[in-house]
Amino acid sequence: MDGAEALLESLKREGVDALFGISGGAILPIYDALGKQQDIWSILTRHEQGAGHMAEGYARATGRVGCCIGTSGPGATNLVTAITDAYMDSTPTVFLSGQVHSANIGKDAFQECDTFGITMPIVKHSYLVKKSADIPRVVKEAFHIARTGRPGPVLIDLPKDVTEGMLPGEYEYPESVNLRGYQPFAPAATEQIEAAAKLIAEAKQPVLYVGNGINAADAADELMRLAEKLDIPVTTTLLGRGAFPGGHALALDMLGMHGTAYANWAIHEADLIIALGVRFDDRVTGNPKKWAPNAKIIHVDIDAAELGKIRFAQVPIWGDVKTVIGQITEKVAPKKHEVWNGKLAQWKKDAPLTYEKTGKLKPQFVLEEIARATKGEAIMTTDVGQHQMWAAQYYNPKNTRSFITSGGLGTMGYGYPAAIGAKVGCLMGHRPDTDVWCITGDGSFQMNIQELATGVLYDIPVKIAVLNNSSLGMVRQWQKLFYSKRWSGIDLAKCPDFAKVAEAYSTTGITINDYDEVADAVRAAQKDPGTVVLNFLTDAEEDVYPMIPGGKTIHDLVMDGSGKTVPVGGMKKEEVEAMVEVLETATASEYAGEWNDDLKSGQQKI
Amino acid sequence: MSQQNGTIASNVPAQSADMVVENGVPTIISAGGVNVMSGEEKLHTISILVENRPGVLARVSHVFARRGFNLESLAVSRTEDVTVSRMTVVVAGDDEQFKQIGNQLFKLIDVIKVIDHTRDDLVGRELALIKIRIENAQMRGEITQLAELFRANIVAVDPETVMLEVTGKADKVDALQKMLAPYEILELVRTGLIVLTRGPKQT
Repeated sequence: MDGAEALLESLKREGVDALFGISGGAILPIYDALGKQQDIWSILTRHEQGAGHMAEGYARATGRVGCCIGTSGPGATNLVTAITDAYMDSTPTVFLSGQVHSANIGKDAFQECDTFGITMPIVKHSYLVKKSADIPRVVKEAFHIARTGRPGPVLIDLPKDVTEGMLPGEYEYPESVNLRGYQPFAPAATEQIEAAAKLIAEAKQPVLYVGNGINAADAADELMRLAEKLDIPVTTTLLGRGAFPGGHALALDMLGMHGTAYANWAIHEADLIIALGVRFDDRVTGNPKKWAPNAKIIHVDIDAAELGKIRFAQVPIWGDVKTVIGQITEKVAPKKHEVWNGKLAQWKKDAPLTYEKTGKLKPQFVLEEIARATKGEAIMTTDVGQHQMWAAQYYNPKNTRSFITSGGLGTMGYGYPAAIGAKVGCLMGHRPDTDVWCITGDGSFQMNIQELATGVLYDIPVKIAVLNNSSLGMVRQWQKLFYSKRWSGIDLAKCPDFAKVAEAYSTTGITINDYDEVADAVRAAQKDPGTVVLNFLTDAEEDVYPMIPGGKTIHDLVMDGSGKTVPVGGMKKEEVEAMVEVLETATASEYAGEWNDDLKSGQQKI
Repeated sequence: MSQQNGTIASNVPAQSADMVVENGVPTIISAGGVNVMSGEEKLHTISILVENRPGVLARVSHVFARRGFNLESLAVSRTEDVTVSRMTVVVAGDDEQFKQIGNQLFKLIDVIKVIDHTRDDLVGRELALIKIRIENAQMRGEITQLAELFRANIVAVDPETVMLEVTGKADKVDALQKMLAPYEILELVRTGLIVLTRGPKQT
């Protein structure tokens, strides 16, 4: 058996059933072996970045390790964005890269690059395989590392002679791994669970702040039991969407920069924050020193380095969030927080997510229609920008692993390939009968639009909703707010007609201009068995609110384009009227000016 | 041994005068250099036990580099176990940053152990080779005397140069370097600091 066959056999043993990638000189032996077998679906993409995001989408939707491959040199460098993305969002992935013949390494050979070195800071671990005989062990270790502990990307760099070479003996797949330097996590100590239970028993205004850790650990059911037993409201991060179902009485929806006002107010007034599988990202905390000023913190994470990294935790617990939630649930007595939840219910009524359904088609309306049509049961992937925030606000997924987005790295061009990967996971039987939607923008979609060829060729049906405002909307919003509308580098006018692009790729495209066309188009897309591109021409002036500008605090929360800050808990109508004159003395341009000053003095984090 | 501030200086005997004698060897404390830091920053000495594999040094040094840390000293060597290498790193930073570095290092798969020596009773040594130009016999005599005073060895002599080998803590090497300043130092090389804890405790 040669190295390439040993590689594929090892991948099969790890449960790989789909391999995304592009062939090339240095991985000819692997593609030769791929062509001779039936167990792994080899999906030829149009760009290695697409292959990488597909592997990520597959992994996020199914919980299995996603796997992709690129050739040496440019193939490997094209994977770099996807590797970084997987690293930032802790997505279990194995990236295979071809490398030139061992004898040519370091000699500037054709399509040679130092893949091992380039990717070193962005992988959980990496291997440069030296001998064919090492392949089974390396694959075993790579998958173990990728899926255990805090998941992440593992790179295997495979020189051509290693995949071409014959194994010296019989193929043998190792039963176990021996990595003495790798300790995924330790079981939580009883005292820590008791300390957490004590804080919970004492708390009057607790909040559960949950993130991707819940999705990654498949702990949504455990979370629900804990929240309901203790009657504690739950707010999710962007990546935590789906960890707790929207519409539930205890759901506070998303928190952070573009989170709901009530979620952020709840955090501000909380006396206890139970942080589960989160990392206190700056898009959540703004100014971490002033965030949740009255709260004690119980922080549960599988990565010990996250505990206390941003915010001191009174009870830090290093462990698997699913197990720890179970332990805590067992330890605590049921509670009721009627006063606290009553207050939050009022805030939800006072400050809901709203927009004005007038004038040009509003993107929020499109998302509401999609949410209604899919009943929140579809897997939603998004790209990055305004549409991503609206999707997070207006699409409440019912299930875990159903909101797949690039959070940490914020990779435009992520959404559509990730949707293909997620759908492949569905087609392979890991999420049967689940629709996959991709919410994207005209800017993001064009960053990996070429993958339409992949999606259509392999018949991987994804419904793509382009919220097309002919501009890089999020940058435009910041230029509007903080740069006195000095538009620069945001105009995407003359972007192609996406409906015609869809047709050019032999699939269906529909352009939607107005409110009354939306529902029909969404229904048509649902009925269509293939890939559909819905090109929604939306209002470019519509911005994402609420908003707490970067690095700022709850006191800087604005609810709409007026730029007026709203105090915690909002204001009653008469108070608003009384405040109007005072507020109007601060004009929008002064507001922008203040922000420009902050930017110049470096206080403002973008 | 005193334990103060968690600096490198904490691992050397308490010193108040400009010059003290340890083991019969003079040590100048005020010599500028690695053990004097400003502000909140302190020097931390850590041992990192790693798998003896290609790329490990790059992985470890990257954890420091991406956070803007400058390694004051680094020594890498084999250990009693052929599959394990030991890195001894001296780095400046505040406690908070340092804790984060330790956590991040520990996450590396190839890192077996990270040990912070801030509170340890240590024996620490550096080695330096110093090549000095000699103009006359009298100068050679002076250098020889200095070498004796610092328990340095003369490891090479020719009509034009003398080479000294000196072992000790950083400040001792600094002190010798300072005393040699009036002469012409042609070349000088120092190893990084290596440390072991005193007594049966594992470093």
